[in-house]
Amino acid sequence: MKLLKNFLPFLIGIPILWGIQLISPPHIAIILVNVGVNIILAVSLNVVNGFTGQFSIGHAGFMAAGAYTTAKITLALQDTLLPGLSPWLSTQTIFLMALVAGMLLSGTMGLLVGMPSLRLRGDYLAIVTLGFNEIIRVFIENIRWLGGATGLSGVPPYTTLVWVGLGAIATISMARRLVSSTHGRALLAIREDEIAAEAMGVNTTKYKIRAFVISSAFAGLGGGLLGHYILLVTPKTFTFIKSMEVVGMVVLGGMGSISGSIISATLLTVLLEGLRGLDQYRMVMYALLLVILMLTRPTGLFGTHEIWDVLSRYFPKRKAVQKA
Amino acid sequence: MKSVIKTEPVLEGKEVTMQFGGLKAVSHFNLVMRPNELVGMIGPNGAGKTTVFNMITGVYTPTSGEIFLDGKPIHGLKPHRICHQGIARTFQNIRLFKELTALDNVRIACHTHSSSQWWQALLLTSGHFAEETRITRHAEEFLNVLGLSHRRDHLAKNLPYGEQRRLEIARALATQPKLLCLDEPAAGMNTSEKVALMELIRKIRDDFDLTILLIEHDMRLVMGVSERLLVLDHGVTISEGTPEMVRRDPKVIEAYLGLEEAVK
Ligand SMILES: Nc1ncnc2c1ncn2[C@@H]1O[C@H](COP(=O)(O)OP(=O)(O)OP(=O)(O)O)[C@@H](O)[C@H]1O
Ligand SMILES: [Mg+2]
Repeated sequence: MKLLKNFLPFLIGIPILWGIQLISPPHIAIILVNVGVNIILAVSLNVVNGFTGQFSIGHAGFMAAGAYTTAKITLALQDTLLPGLSPWLSTQTIFLMALVAGMLLSGTMGLLVGMPSLRLRGDYLAIVTLGFNEIIRVFIENIRWLGGATGLSGVPPYTTLVWVGLGAIATISMARRLVSSTHGRALLAIREDEIAAEAMGVNTTKYKIRAFVISSAFAGLGGGLLGHYILLVTPKTFTFIKSMEVVGMVVLGGMGSISGSIISATLLTVLLEGLRGLDQYRMVMYALLLVILMLTRPTGLFGTHEIWDVLSRYFPKRKAVQKA
Repeated sequence: MKSVIKTEPVLEGKEVTMQFGGLKAVSHFNLVMRPNELVGMIGPNGAGKTTVFNMITGVYTPTSGEIFLDGKPIHGLKPHRICHQGIARTFQNIRLFKELTALDNVRIACHTHSSSQWWQALLLTSGHFAEETRITRHAEEFLNVLGLSHRRDHLAKNLPYGEQRRLEIARALATQPKLLCLDEPAAGMNTSEKVALMELIRKIRDDFDLTILLIEHDMRLVMGVSERLLVLDHGVTISEGTPEMVRRDPKVIEAYLGLEEAVK
């Protein structure tokens, strides 16, 4: 029963995702995969920027850490067959382990970046994450083992719509479960008033770092999944522009709203795809749109509200808490 | 022997001094608080009262001096550690978690005594659900004590002023402190609200077996509720004793009451 509840979103998700995968023509599938990856990125960044009220602008750096780790492992184990498993199952298992390894490494990076910068109050995190994003890019460009500026090619095509969908479900479940728990409320307290949170016994430094590490790990998951879809992992994928794209999604959706992040990640991904023909004006249009939206709706589309909360008000469940 | 243990101080401040650049906000402050005492701290604006609270609760580390809770040194500890040791406070300029509900404000304070781990929340373990239920019930109790049950699901920022102050007390109580520090909890209330609040504070002290340190500007109010008074002026303790003694102290009349006369 307990176990079922834990995996319910995934159990429901698999057949649906599989169905979508079967009927999607390739050009739609590409967009859907991008949507899924961006949902992973936006929702995970929201844990830091929305829930905890910190300002991280280097999410792509952690994506890179995850993408390179995952790709290095799958490239090395490409021809390995795990004993006792069918070739298909063996590949899937290796991919899963590689993704988890990527998450562990990007999470560790999150710890290293977060520990010094989250101890201090103020906007250090923004500066440090921005710096980290650039440093990791330059670092990778200069390491031959990681393919230098051209990156790693021939990455095996393991990522499917089902994989990305499950990654998105995992990320959303993580964020929802966190925020509805006492640990997530401690994060919200930090966002609302750090001094009061401390006074109420919240170890604000520890909680900020923990949120940052979890968020970084899921950015790594996004990176790993993306790399095994475009079959190429290069430093150019993980620039500051990618980070800002994700920040834009979080801000547009509403800081602290998971459903807002999901919807704005979807909208902006489709929009960016539609603007592809405009080439160099693409990012300008994107920025312009964000500015206009921020001027007309500064709290983002959803503020801190969630769709499911609004829905449960109109369709109250038996168990639902009565809102006064 | 028993009586000796009983009068062991809950809080003890020894020669506590706080210097901000050239300004000595508090100098050589001494305080002994016995279990269940309700001590009032008064003094004119800028006397250093809030600074004393900030040192007791770890917001500031004293420039010199020592502070003990139940005989253990707490000066220099971070605020969250001091909260875990058993000191809770309210803020003079209300610091609620504004965009959260009244219930969540109090539930956050219950986190101090939560035994659940963060990964339990992610994996939805049964221990996590049990803990959430316990925390919610606990928080509802404290809302009830402060007469805020009807505000359970209202955002803190939408509560009327007096209720916001009470919510701060509910939140502080939920950390289950030994010592409760209230910084002008009646500020901005009208006279009847103030009187009701003082009675409530006294009742809370008795019901929860607390020791309370109370800052209050209204001299008459604080004299009615406290067993002992402490008068600060320019960072110096100028008088200490029962309300009767303090009221007659010429130094207090000069520094404090004299001021009131002058204003009138
Ligand atoms: N962080 C700080 N930096 C510099 N000076 C400070 C700081 N905090 C307080 N002070 C100064 O210390 C003195 C005492 O301030 P404090 O807030 O403790 O007074 P108070 O007795 O609480 O006054 P009030 O009745 O107005 O609340 C004031 O002169 C104040 O300006
Ligand atoms: Mg004050």
